[in-house]
Amino acid sequence: MAIRGNVSFDIETCKGCELCIDACPQESLALSREINAQGYHYAVLINDNCTGCVNCALVCPDAVITVFREDRKSGKVPLAKISNVTGNITVTIDDERGNP
Amino acid sequence: MSDLRLMKGNEALAEAAIRAGCKGYFGYPITPQSEILEYLAAEGRERGMVVLQAESEVASINMVYGGAGTGARVMTSSSSPGISLMQEGLSYIAAAELPCLVVNVSRGGPGLGTIQPSQSDYFQSVKGGGHGDYHLLVLAPSSVQEMADFVFDAFDLADKYRTPVLILADGALGQMMEKVDFRKYNPADHVVAKPWATTGKPKTRERNVITSLHIEPEMMEQINLRLQEKYRLIAENETRCEHFHTKDAEYLVVAYGLAARIAKGAVEMARAQGIRAGLLRPVTLYPYPTAAIRRLAETVRGVLVVEMNAGQMIEDVRLAVEGRVPVKFYGRMGGIIPAPDEVLGALGKMVKEDVAQHEEAY
Amino acid sequence: MERQMTSPDPSGFECVYERPGTLTDKRLHYCPGCGHGVVHRVLMEAVDELGIQEETIGVAPVGCSVFAYNYMNIDMQEAAHGRASAVATAVKRMLPGKYVFSYQGDGDLAAIGTAETIHTANRGENILVLFINNAIYGMTGGQMAPTSLLGMKTTTSPAGRTVETSGFPLKITEMLAMLPGVYYVSRHSVHTPGAVRHLKKAILKSFQYQKEKRGTCFIEVVSNCPSGWKMTPLESNRWMVENMFPLYPPGEIKVPK
Repeated sequence: MAIRGNVSFDIETCKGCELCIDACPQESLALSREINAQGYHYAVLINDNCTGCVNCALVCPDAVITVFREDRKSGKVPLAKISNVTGNITVTIDDERGNP
Repeated sequence: MSDLRLMKGNEALAEAAIRAGCKGYFGYPITPQSEILEYLAAEGRERGMVVLQAESEVASINMVYGGAGTGARVMTSSSSPGISLMQEGLSYIAAAELPCLVVNVSRGGPGLGTIQPSQSDYFQSVKGGGHGDYHLLVLAPSSVQEMADFVFDAFDLADKYRTPVLILADGALGQMMEKVDFRKYNPADHVVAKPWATTGKPKTRERNVITSLHIEPEMMEQINLRLQEKYRLIAENETRCEHFHTKDAEYLVVAYGLAARIAKGAVEMARAQGIRAGLLRPVTLYPYPTAAIRRLAETVRGVLVVEMNAGQMIEDVRLAVEGRVPVKFYGRMGGIIPAPDEVLGALGKMVKEDVAQHEEAY
Repeated sequence: MERQMTSPDPSGFECVYERPGTLTDKRLHYCPGCGHGVVHRVLMEAVDELGIQEETIGVAPVGCSVFAYNYMNIDMQEAAHGRASAVATAVKRMLPGKYVFSYQGDGDLAAIGTAETIHTANRGENILVLFINNAIYGMTGGQMAPTSLLGMKTTTSPAGRTVETSGFPLKITEMLAMLPGVYYVSRHSVHTPGAVRHLKKAILKSFQYQKEKRGTCFIEVVSNCPSGWKMTPLESNRWMVENMFPLYPPGEIKVPK
């Protein structure tokens, strides 16, 4: 099974330069349709196949990207799948009984 | 206990720098002051100083900037054309409020000029030289003893006000040999805290940034106001001059540095001839002893300014005198040193003209 | 500065990369996609990893990166145009136990500052000189640089740089590598993740060599200028690879034996 990863973007600081989009081997990044307060379309994750390879963060000139990778050793598994994110979202996770 | 030596002006200045706790010297050879670099390269290095012959005066003054930014006592020296090269750096140093000592052992100019002494860098030293609203604190020695003394004063003043200090000497003072008694001075007693220095940011403070760049005009104005306030304080507290026979003087000579020594001789000769002459010798050229001259302008009948240039300090004398009495000029250019009887002649001419004018009036 | 993140941190994931703590919170003023941002970040990552934030002093140049001291949370000095290596020389001579670097553009290092650059290297000052070469003067609006390519159109070579008027692009890095006082010279770029990793290694090595008092370490970063070159960031990186790399090839230029 492929390593699962995730990225988060400081969307107010992103300048929409697209270098991360080009660097992503999974082609999972794109510019949002929205703009931030500076007027830039910021980068967002558009797929759920991020592997946490850090390529995007390495080429980002504004250091807006934080990268996460599945912690296999601790035995934890991701609790939520996130895709097609175009803005801020809140995630509610139900327990086994279906309670939030 | 005195430490009396017979030394060349340049070397006395260099020795004083070591004793004043100067930790870094960055300079470039130029006649007539290369002895300062040479003395420090031998003696200074031996006694723990960083002494670096830089690739140019431009590099030198920027090394002084960097070294001063670390909080150390640092200095450079040069002569007129080299000081011209340093003007950008001096503006930056003044703006960044860095303490340091710069020595100009002036020579004849303009241009490549001559290696003989002159006083034609007065404007450059006092009225700017570099760009922007700033001033250097300028000390003008007129003996080898003062070449040494003023170094201690300069470092103390530089640290006290966080400002560059210029010692404006000339080639004759640099080369002549006289007795010098080095004052007792322990640098450890003269340490000033420098919390603004870039020494590596510990966790206990914010980072220090040494810069003179302030893009927002409101900020730049604040910086300028602060500098102007500093210069006002310096003018209030640090103005220095020497009075020689001025109490009952009818005719005042104003001269600084080497010209003042010559003028002193002329004043004594004049007194022997019955002319009530006196000399006011500015010691700080910035801040200028305007008030002292203004007061004397109320009691004398004429002022003679003696300089080794085409007439530079005379403008500041005229500003102080404000038209109360005639202000005349005697000067030689091109590195020629006037003799005392030349000055006496000019003084006599001024007296004669004054007397003639008054006879006409009756 | 509050960070608005696009997706929350899901539990079960560990953070494998975040921006270095030694970068301040201030938003960088550089154009979108400009290499300066990456170099700043990598430099601060290195300072972070080595734990030398408290012992490092940087010298910022005149150029687009004149405000570098706003972004690096270390003691810094701003130098007059071209004089950064002279300033850095004095800082290092007065504080020999600290880590000192100068950060300079092509005008600062290879035009107005050429004398200082060469003599600092010739003296083998124990500092790191970081040279950002984008073959143009970005801050002042896109004029020709000593490293501008032949035929390159800039605001002061509107018909393209010619040898008759402006001479050849200056390969200052190769010149400096010839000096015995220079211990380590390498050339990098920051347009791919691999290139960024190489640059970081070179910077880490340079700080280690500085600790060992080996002499001057000189790192050139061939970089882009989307605004000056009038391209998008992605286009500018492609142009850089096609046009700059043949003249300024990345690689180790002088390595210690």
